[in-house]
Amino acid sequence: MTTKSLQALNHELASAKSQVEFLEISTQISFAEKLKAQNLFPLTVKPLDIFQINVGKMCNQVCKHCHVDAGPDRKEIMTRETMQLCLNAIEKSGAHTVDLTGGAPEMNPDFRWFVEEISKLRKKIIVRCNLTIIVANKKYNDLPDFFKLHKIEVVSSLPYFSSVKTDSQRGDGVFDKSIQALKMLNEVGYGKDDSGLILNLVYNPAGAFLPGDQAALEREFKNKLKTNFGVEFNNLFAITNLPISRFLEYLVRSENYHSYMEKLIGAYNPIAAENVMCRNTISVSWDGYLYDCDFNQMLELHVETPKSNQHLSDFNLDILNLRAIKIGQHCYGCTAGAGSSCGGTVA
Amino acid sequence: MKTYYNPDDLKKFGSISEFEPNLAKKFFDYYGDVFKDGALTAREKALIALAVAHTVQCPYCIDAYTQDTMEKGCDEAQLMEAVHVAAAIRGGASLVHGVQMMNKYKELSM
Repeated sequence: MTTKSLQALNHELASAKSQVEFLEISTQISFAEKLKAQNLFPLTVKPLDIFQINVGKMCNQVCKHCHVDAGPDRKEIMTRETMQLCLNAIEKSGAHTVDLTGGAPEMNPDFRWFVEEISKLRKKIIVRCNLTIIVANKKYNDLPDFFKLHKIEVVSSLPYFSSVKTDSQRGDGVFDKSIQALKMLNEVGYGKDDSGLILNLVYNPAGAFLPGDQAALEREFKNKLKTNFGVEFNNLFAITNLPISRFLEYLVRSENYHSYMEKLIGAYNPIAAENVMCRNTISVSWDGYLYDCDFNQMLELHVETPKSNQHLSDFNLDILNLRAIKIGQHCYGCTAGAGSSCGGTVA
Repeated sequence: MKTYYNPDDLKKFGSISEFEPNLAKKFFDYYGDVFKDGALTAREKALIALAVAHTVQCPYCIDAYTQDTMEKGCDEAQLMEAVHVAAAIRGGASLVHGVQMMNKYKELSM
């Protein structure tokens, strides 16, 4: 398994422009046409609920499907100055939730300071924790206590309840370390009934297929993780892999790209399209730019506003609320079947 | 190269209604109901379908239910165990007739 990002490998698909061009050229039915057919174009925004912040691309893992192309060789990291701009914007935004992602967000040297400051704003905080970071180094071993202190909702990827499929997607040894980390989270109360400490897992398919029924997968995961490992969690989010970055590279290399896109397009669900997460979310990059979602961020598709309002330094909620959401062929990933968002299905 | 089976034909399964719509509709409605969660879960039914697909040796069904069981969260060991169930029943079905053979053998022997 490769341990380098596409960027470090100088891969053509490391470039956002190349990815967008490839998707536009190679997919027949335009996503915009689908939206037009149900009078949903241009896609407008709803009141802002979630402020999602990508605090950096640095990660201790190099997952095969990663849409961020994150890894140990990525050095892009949010500074404390940009975090301060985030805090100012969060206050103005009225969003009730701050969703921290990466990379491994905990690897940002100012992560804990940032969480403490967001806590003071009395916002719900989500941290997208890859689990293995908790056991990667002694300095991270107390993360479960830190999360608990700030009542953080922990959302963690675990593509399967056994090692073969998990490790094939996320790296050798990841499953065992993830179970160890889940036990540490359970020990402080995460995932336990009535503790109020929420631990949600993310399932995304380890290959070129769509996720099945979220509720059925959750039942299976709960049963297997409890029986085999004594691990508990709250909810399972079934998330579709979007055809960008490393997953796009995998699809092309394995010659699954066309059939996967056909599946996504064939499974287009108008109800899911109504409820896509970009309508109530704003996504912020490590360097403070604004996007409609984390996927658009990775494709460098900035929010459709005057240029001066595309950065946190001039955050203007009124202007943002008037924008049309930028769409592309990758958006089919969020509208297939029961839909897909950072919180699981949407339809 | 021309072959009898074309993988793209699987996507056209619905087109059988072109020649006889009423029976096709009844079949597809029935098919849809069969695979819903019931006394058995949709996941268990998909694994049964995969085993049967191997028994009837339908390449379309094998493709379809390999993907379907993967989407429903089954792993390679579960898929292969389903295939072994099919193989065991097929093998057993041959072997159990060995009793009939032995009966006849004994009947004809001195």
